[in-house]
Amino acid sequence: MEHIIKNGFVYDPLNEVDGEKMDICIKDGKIVDSVSADANVIDATGKIVMPGGVDPHAHVAGAKVNVGRMYRPEDSKKDVEAAATGGRAGSGFSVPSTFMTGQRYAQMGYTTVMEAAMPPLLARHTHEEFHDTPIIDHAAFPLFGNNWFVMEYLKEGDVDGCAAYASWLLKATKGYTIKIVNPGGTEAWAWGGNVHGIHDPSPYFDIEAAEIIKGLAQVNEMLGLPHPIHLHCNDLGHPGNYETTLASFDVPKGIKVNAKTGSRDAVLYATHVQFHSYGGTSWRDVVSEAPTIANYVNKNDHIVMDIGQVTLDETTTMTADGPMEFDLHSLNGLKWANCDVELETGSGVVPFIYAARAPVPALQWAVGMELFLLTEDAKKVCLTTDSPNAGPFTRYPRVISWLMSNRARTDLMEGELHKWAQRKSSIATIDREYSFLEIAQVTRATPAKVLGLSDTKGHLGAGADADVAIYNFNPEIQNPSADYRALEAAFQHASLVLKDGIPVVKEGVVVNPTLRGRTYWVDTMLDETVYNEVVADVEKQFKQFYSVNFANYPVQDSYLPHSTPVKGVIQ
Amino acid sequence: MELVKNVVCPFCGTLCDDIICKVENDEIVGTINACRIGHSKFVHAEGAMRWKKPQIRDENGELVETTYDDAIEKAAQVLAASKRPLMYGWSCTECEAQAVGVDLAEQTKAIVDNTASVCHGPSVLALQDVGYPICTFGEVKNRADVVVYWGCNPMHAHPRHLSRHVFARGFFRERGRSDRTLIVVDPRESDSSKLADIHLQVGYNQDYELLDAMRAAMMGHEILYDEVAGIPREEIMEAVEALKNAQFGILFFGMGITHSRGKHRNIDTAIMMVQDLNNFAKFTLIPMRGHYNVTGFNQVATWESGYPYCIDFATGIPRYNPGETGANDVLQNKETDAMMVIASDPGAHFPQKSLRRMAEIPVIAIEPHRTPTTELADIILPPAIVGMETDGTAYRMEGVPIRMRKVVDSDLLSDREILQRLLKRVMEIKTASK
Repeated sequence: MEHIIKNGFVYDPLNEVDGEKMDICIKDGKIVDSVSADANVIDATGKIVMPGGVDPHAHVAGAKVNVGRMYRPEDSKKDVEAAATGGRAGSGFSVPSTFMTGQRYAQMGYTTVMEAAMPPLLARHTHEEFHDTPIIDHAAFPLFGNNWFVMEYLKEGDVDGCAAYASWLLKATKGYTIKIVNPGGTEAWAWGGNVHGIHDPSPYFDIEAAEIIKGLAQVNEMLGLPHPIHLHCNDLGHPGNYETTLASFDVPKGIKVNAKTGSRDAVLYATHVQFHSYGGTSWRDVVSEAPTIANYVNKNDHIVMDIGQVTLDETTTMTADGPMEFDLHSLNGLKWANCDVELETGSGVVPFIYAARAPVPALQWAVGMELFLLTEDAKKVCLTTDSPNAGPFTRYPRVISWLMSNRARTDLMEGELHKWAQRKSSIATIDREYSFLEIAQVTRATPAKVLGLSDTKGHLGAGADADVAIYNFNPEIQNPSADYRALEAAFQHASLVLKDGIPVVKEGVVVNPTLRGRTYWVDTMLDETVYNEVVADVEKQFKQFYSVNFANYPVQDSYLPHSTPVKGVIQ
Repeated sequence: MELVKNVVCPFCGTLCDDIICKVENDEIVGTINACRIGHSKFVHAEGAMRWKKPQIRDENGELVETTYDDAIEKAAQVLAASKRPLMYGWSCTECEAQAVGVDLAEQTKAIVDNTASVCHGPSVLALQDVGYPICTFGEVKNRADVVVYWGCNPMHAHPRHLSRHVFARGFFRERGRSDRTLIVVDPRESDSSKLADIHLQVGYNQDYELLDAMRAAMMGHEILYDEVAGIPREEIMEAVEALKNAQFGILFFGMGITHSRGKHRNIDTAIMMVQDLNNFAKFTLIPMRGHYNVTGFNQVATWESGYPYCIDFATGIPRYNPGETGANDVLQNKETDAMMVIASDPGAHFPQKSLRRMAEIPVIAIEPHRTPTTELADIILPPAIVGMETDGTAYRMEGVPIRMRKVVDSDLLSDREILQRLLKRVMEIKTASK
């Protein structure tokens, strides 16, 4: 099947196309240079054309996501949807059911989404949910930062052993990257504690966060993984945590990029940095340190970050940062869910109400905005809300309207937003507005590139997957700064979305809800001898300390009907 | 004789995955590692009668053997004609089948509910009220120094639970049992309470009072009575001290507390006690789920619809209101006009009033054995048994998903295949009638 998208304003940062009127040709699910005269013509006159959106960090599938759904019927009830033709019904505002998740991403023009935290023992659960999530390509990030084997190997200085273990775990869980959450802290939480800063050793294992981050960053490059280490720093959400954040950013600096797939420049991906950019000593004297963090990112090229923008909604927080969730529960008194996972990680879930009229959420909103607007180069920024932590992914269009319209921000600040936003941050003094090219950068190009998927994702050059979003907004006659509500509406319900060249959304309505996306995972093997030794050692430990048998641990291939391995180093 | 290793036991929520099956002539003749209940399930020691062919009840009320095609056709006609079908059970089958089931329920605008509504339903309501702090089994084995079993008798209902998590040696508990304090709360003397260091013999239906007194004491209040819920103050204080001084504590709780007076309010308080305890110690909980995959249905239903059980698709969107949309509610209110039972036995466990309604309406049973439910059924579709004759996913009581293995062959269709064929046929009938 051939398509040609004619006359749209194309924004494709990876190919340096900035709003030019040009045709996009599609053949057999791929972007090509030209098509025959028989191609189906899609008229995009007066509309914006972008590559399909890429979300590098969201919580959409797996154990804690499902706890978020299960234990919040009040959230499910708030937002229900009947089935699209051929599709399935669903419910959930902050944590939509799987069918709704895939469909709502597609409606916004997103075609690739990363599940940001997968406990290895529960990996099968994540893959089962992927199976029921329509349309979007996806991958999951297994958690490494509090894993006993990782901590033991790194403590002994056995980076080779750690690398072999990491390659085994990626294969066993069909995972995509090395995710690190509150390194050392979640293990401490298994005893009811936490660690603070990057030099506070974890109990028993006696290893510092700095050593874990550094060791895993080395492992990441030894294995040639497509994505750098994906780091959720220590001390999330604590006033004064920006120092920990800056110190963590510095740890992997100097390590050389060695990606076997893709073309990333970064050795560190720092996630939801908004939650890590607070000054002060308590919630009374807290201030924004976003300018300091942005300044660091401006000056350093080894890092890419996503923001975790607060959207001022009632939402459900969920993270592998177990101690943080208990702190949050102690703070807001709302119901607390937790799951400590043997030898590997933990997690927590707590509802949270980011009320615009409340001081702290207003400040958090401002911190996120400052990070977006003070980081000069959009090539270092990804747009996320750490969905659903700072707000559900369905609010991305609103975040886009805030970024493109100073008036949208001012209206909010002069309206119901608590004055802390202005008093404790510099947001009111910033009048930068993102261009459409920059929006395409932070929602497509940067995430695709840093994920190592930019050969096929995040751009519209020949060879890319034909994932295309067309939005009903005319940049020639409409001004996004003034008409920010129309902008939000346009990005909420795309005019047309193609996934691998197949129409999945037309005029905001899902038309192909049975389509299923690829599951990316990383296949890598550094040294077979070391690998076999390590796996034998792991098997021995398994017998004693795990509650499942070694043979029943790896995720069977049958869980990945659209398995798409991405190669790391293979020897 | 062939030994098949790493087999997962399809009996209780402990989901032991270290079973070795002895297989001769494509038949399981023995097991290693399984408990007595698991063993008898594997070898059919109970003399249970298996349905070898689908059955349809004729006008004289006699069951007549038939083909899958015929039985599925008749079942599809029943479901397609029903105004308010109920699809109940699900807890003894695998998740892929459950997923097809939720789809079938949605397409037929049915109510779909699982056995949780008559076992840990109150726990689900409670976790929706106040939260759900849990951990996986390995955490208990490796770390727990205080283990509480409240309202359950694992020695009988989950026979390997204690040996795997309390007696077993763990990383930080090298001596196993002797490194742990075992507390059992049960009005009865049981084979589990006999093993306990502290047995709180709570009065019948007085769990709430005891929990409340313990929470008050934990927060530093004095217990004003000499005894609460039949237990002397000193004994309560001893237990409270043990809980507060835990390095890693775990509360396992069962039917004795979910279905005694107070029901979900008991669990509310129990969960809040665990949350309170985290101000002193590390403490978590795990509900003692019965059927091996009752947890799995709650997971599948939740990710597909947003709700774990008692889901009503009548309006085309999922709606959830336990007390109105539960299996017993729609049976006893005579709302439902056709029922499909799968992978459970309400005939043996539901109240008389519900059974009376079941006797009045067409009942389809997807069930391998002759059970009280199949006595009431009009159409019986026998499936291959998951975990022995077919594979699929199951979720352990604390949510760890494990792949059930196929050990021997069977001529019978799997639950999944039966449901897929039913779904296909129902859709055809519905489309044709539009």
